[in-house]
Amino acid sequence: MPYIPHTPKERQEMLETIGKKSLCQLFETLPVDLRLRKELNLDRGLSEKEALDFIKQLAAKNKNLDAYNSFLGGGVYPHFVPAALKAILQQGGFYTSYTPYQAEASQGTLQAIYEYQSYICLLTGMDVTSASLYDGASAVAESILMARRINKRKKVLLGRSLHPEYRQVVKTYTAGIEIDIEELKWDKEGKILLPELEMNLNDDVSAVVVALPNFFGLVEDIKTITTLAHKHNALVIVVANPLFLSLVQPLSYYEVDIVCGEGQILGQRAYWGGETFGFIATRQEFLRKIPGRIVGRTTDKKGEEGFVLTLQAREQHIRREKATSNICSNQSLNALACSVYLSLLGEQGIKALAERIFSRAHYLYEQLVSKKLVQEVFGSHFWGEFVVKIPHLEQVGKEMKKHRILAGVKLGKLYPQLENCLLVFVDGDKSKKDLDSFVQTLEKLI
Amino acid sequence: MKKKLIFEKNVAGRRGFSFSKDDVPRYLWEDFLPAELKRKEKLYFPQLSELDVVRHYSRLAEMNFSVDKNFYPLGSCTMKYNPKMNELAAEERGFSQLHPYQEEEDVQGMLELLYLLEKVLVEITGMEHFSFQPAAGAAGELSGMLMIKKFFLQRKDFLRQEVIVPDSSHGTNPASATLAGFKVVTIKSSQEGLVDIDALSRICGSRTAALMLTNPNTLGLFEEKIWDMAEIVHKQGGLLYYDGANLNPLLGKVRISDMGFDIMHINLHKTFATPHGGGGPGGGPVGARGKLKEFLPLPLIGKSEDRFYLEYKLPNSIGRVRSFYGNIPVMVKAFAYLLRLGKEGLLRVAEHAVLNANYLKEKLKNYYEPATDKPCWHEVVFAGLKNKTTNVRTFDIAKRLIDYGVHPPTVYFPLIVKEALMIEPTETESKQILDEFAGVMEAIAKEAVDNPQLVKEAPHTTPVGRLDEAKAARQPQLRWVPPSA
Repeated sequence: MPYIPHTPKERQEMLETIGKKSLCQLFETLPVDLRLRKELNLDRGLSEKEALDFIKQLAAKNKNLDAYNSFLGGGVYPHFVPAALKAILQQGGFYTSYTPYQAEASQGTLQAIYEYQSYICLLTGMDVTSASLYDGASAVAESILMARRINKRKKVLLGRSLHPEYRQVVKTYTAGIEIDIEELKWDKEGKILLPELEMNLNDDVSAVVVALPNFFGLVEDIKTITTLAHKHNALVIVVANPLFLSLVQPLSYYEVDIVCGEGQILGQRAYWGGETFGFIATRQEFLRKIPGRIVGRTTDKKGEEGFVLTLQAREQHIRREKATSNICSNQSLNALACSVYLSLLGEQGIKALAERIFSRAHYLYEQLVSKKLVQEVFGSHFWGEFVVKIPHLEQVGKEMKKHRILAGVKLGKLYPQLENCLLVFVDGDKSKKDLDSFVQTLEKLI
Repeated sequence: MKKKLIFEKNVAGRRGFSFSKDDVPRYLWEDFLPAELKRKEKLYFPQLSELDVVRHYSRLAEMNFSVDKNFYPLGSCTMKYNPKMNELAAEERGFSQLHPYQEEEDVQGMLELLYLLEKVLVEITGMEHFSFQPAAGAAGELSGMLMIKKFFLQRKDFLRQEVIVPDSSHGTNPASATLAGFKVVTIKSSQEGLVDIDALSRICGSRTAALMLTNPNTLGLFEEKIWDMAEIVHKQGGLLYYDGANLNPLLGKVRISDMGFDIMHINLHKTFATPHGGGGPGGGPVGARGKLKEFLPLPLIGKSEDRFYLEYKLPNSIGRVRSFYGNIPVMVKAFAYLLRLGKEGLLRVAEHAVLNANYLKEKLKNYYEPATDKPCWHEVVFAGLKNKTTNVRTFDIAKRLIDYGVHPPTVYFPLIVKEALMIEPTETESKQILDEFAGVMEAIAKEAVDNPQLVKEAPHTTPVGRLDEAKAARQPQLRWVPPSA
C-alpha cells in the first residue's frame, strides 16, 4: 500500500493492543446511516512510474514558454532561476517542516524568515514586515484592511491602472464589510489622474492605493500623490514591483505608509501564475496592525541569540475573531526562495538585473516606435514593461505566435478602451537577437 | 563556526550570479524617469559566492526538524510523509514554465489536470464543484464565508449575520467569519467534547447564517450527531460549512455531503500530502453543492467535447480571491498523490491514520490523561501528565521531546483542554516509530517525577535553549539593520 508501512502482522498486533478485531471496528462512532456503502468511483492506484508517465503526458500537452520568445508579463514575469536556488529549496529541512511553532526545533526556518523580513525592509525602505502573504492581490486587499484598522475610515481610492485581478480580489475581500472602493481614471500619460484624485480626497478616505510601476509599466508620481493624500490624513499604499524598488529611493523618503506587492519577480517560477508570495511592509508605528506571522530576534537564558515567532497576540490562533487577519499558512517556502535569490544576486546583481530590464525594454520600444510599427499610447516613462497600439492586434498576435513569439498581454479584454493595445514585458536575459526578431517579425507582418 | 546572518557574511566584490551576454545598448534612467526618484542609497544587500549562499542555507535547513528527518506529530496539521515523486511531477517544465496569460490552447494539459483533480475531490467529498483559487485553508474558509454572505444577500435575507463556531474550532474559523463581515457566536462543547446539541438548538435561529465545523473535531472525536445538527441548522434556514482540516480519516468512509454540509475547503497540504514548506505554500480549494455552487470563486474549469477551458460565466460568483488560478505546484503534487493511492489507497489512509492515533492513545494513557474516554479518530488529545503532583507542564514536555529528536505535538490547543497535547501521528508512521515515541513519552513522564528540573530546562541538545518570548515581544527586533544606517 503506497506510503503506509504497516505489515499485516503489525496491524494485527496494534489492533490487539487497542482491543479491536478489525480496522472497520475503529470507525464504530461513525453513525451507520452516514457510512459510505460503496467504493469510491475512482481508478485503482498506479505505480510511481505509471503515475509519473501520466503526469508527464499532461505536462507535454501544454506549450510552455520554452517553445517561445515570450514578452508576456502583466504581473507574472518569467525569468531564469539559478540552480543553487532550486537545490536549496529541495532540502527536506525546509520543505518538509511546518510553521515554526517550536522555536528551538525550527531555528533554520525562523532565521530564514528573519532574513527575508530584512530583505523586504531594505528593498522597500520600510521599518517592519511580516513573514509573507499569499500573493500580490491578497497583499493589496490585506493592506486596505490594515489601513481601515488604523484610521477606521471607510473609503479607499484606487487607480484603475492597478492590476485588474488585484482590483477584483480587493472587491471580493471587502464585499462583506463596510468599505467603499472608488476607482480613479488614468490621464493621457497612463498615470493616476491627479485632479480626480484631489477632488475625491476628503477626511473619509482611509487610503489611496497606487501601483509602482502601474499595470501599464508606468512610473507614478508617488511624491505628489502622497502629499495630496496626507493633507487629508489618508494613508498611502504603494503596490510595488520589488525588483524595480532596487533602483528607486527607499519609499520611506516619500512618507509612504504601507508598501505591498507581488514577489514573483524575485526568484519564483511562473507556474501559470502561482505559487508566488505577497509582501506587506509598513512603518514602525503600525507594527501591531500587520497581518500574518512575524519573526523576532531574542536570546535564551545563556544569552545565546535565537529567533521566535513574535507579536502573536495579533493572530488568529490566539485572538480568534479579534485577529488582524485570518491568515495561517502563508507562502513561507516562496519567501525563502526570494531570500536565496536576493542573496545570490547581491547588491550589484539586483541593480544590474533591474537595469538590464530597463535598457532592453527601452531598446525594444524605441525600435518599434522609430520604425513606426506601433502607435505610442502612454509614452516612455516606463521601467520594464510598456504599452503600444497595433492595428488588428488579434490577427497580428496570432501571426507572431506562428513565428514563436508571444508578443505580450492583449489589453482589450481587460480594458475595453484599450482595444488593440499590447502590454510588452522584456526580461533581463533577452539578447539583442531576441528583441530584433520581435521587430523584424512585426515588420514583415505589417 | 560562529552563526551569522547572511548579511554579516558580506564580502565586497563577491558574486553568486551570472548574466547572459550584454549586447543591448544601455539606456539612462534620467532620460525617461524622474531623477529624484532614482536610488542614491545603498541597498546593503550582501555580496556572496554561490557556495557561501548554498552553505548558509543548507546549515539553516539542518537546524530544522522536518518530516524527512523527524517524527512530527503536530496535531491538526497532518504532517504525513511527502512522497518524492510528487516533487518530481511538479518540476515538469510543462507546468513551471506556463504563463497565466497564455492562451487556452497552450495550457490544455494544465486545465485537464485540474479538471481531473476536481473530479476526484468531488467523488471523495460529494460536493459538486471546486474552485482552486484559495491559497491555503484559511483562504478557503474566507471564500466559503463570503459565498454564504452573498447567498443570503441575494435572497435579501439581511438578518443572517451570525456564524456559529464551537469553542474547540481552529482559530482561523472565527477569524475568517469575521473577515467576511459576520458576527461570531461561540458554542460551548459538552462534557464529552462534542457540540452541545441543546445549546445549538437554542442559539440557532433566523439570524444564523451558518455553522462552521470540522469533523472529526479538534479533540479527534467524531460529532456523532452531525445529522441532527445539520437538520437543526437547515431547518432554521442556515448553512453548514465544513473545515477540511480533519478530512484525512474520512477518506472513503463518509462523504462530507452525506453529513449535510453545503460548503467546504480541503487542505491539500494536509490530507493530500503536499509539503508544508515551513509554513506554506498550501492549497485550500473550496467546494460547494446545490444552490451554493454558483457562488464559488472564479474561474472554474470547464470541458466541452475535447477542449478544456476556464469558466467565467458564473454571475453569482463572489469573484476572485487571489490573482490567477491558485498554487499550481500544490495541485500537481496532490494529483500525483491521488493517482498513486487510487480508491483502495485512500481508504487505507483513513484506516491507518485512525489505527495509529488509537494505538498511541492506548500506549500513552497510563502516563498522560486522555482528554476524553471516547475512541479517537485521526488524532488524540491528552490533558497533560496523569501524575498531577509534579510541576512539569505540557510546555516542558514539548521542549523535552525535542531532546529526543521528536517534533512536539500541538500544545495548548484545543483551548478547551487544560494542558492540551494534541497528537496526530498520521498513517505514514510505522509501529516502530510509534513504539519509540511511546517509550520517549513514558521516559519523560518518569523524568517529570524523578528529575523535573531536567524537563523544565529542556531542550538541552539544540543550538539554542528556551528563548525569551516575552523579550521578543517587548523589544521587537524584527530585521537586520545595516551598521552604518
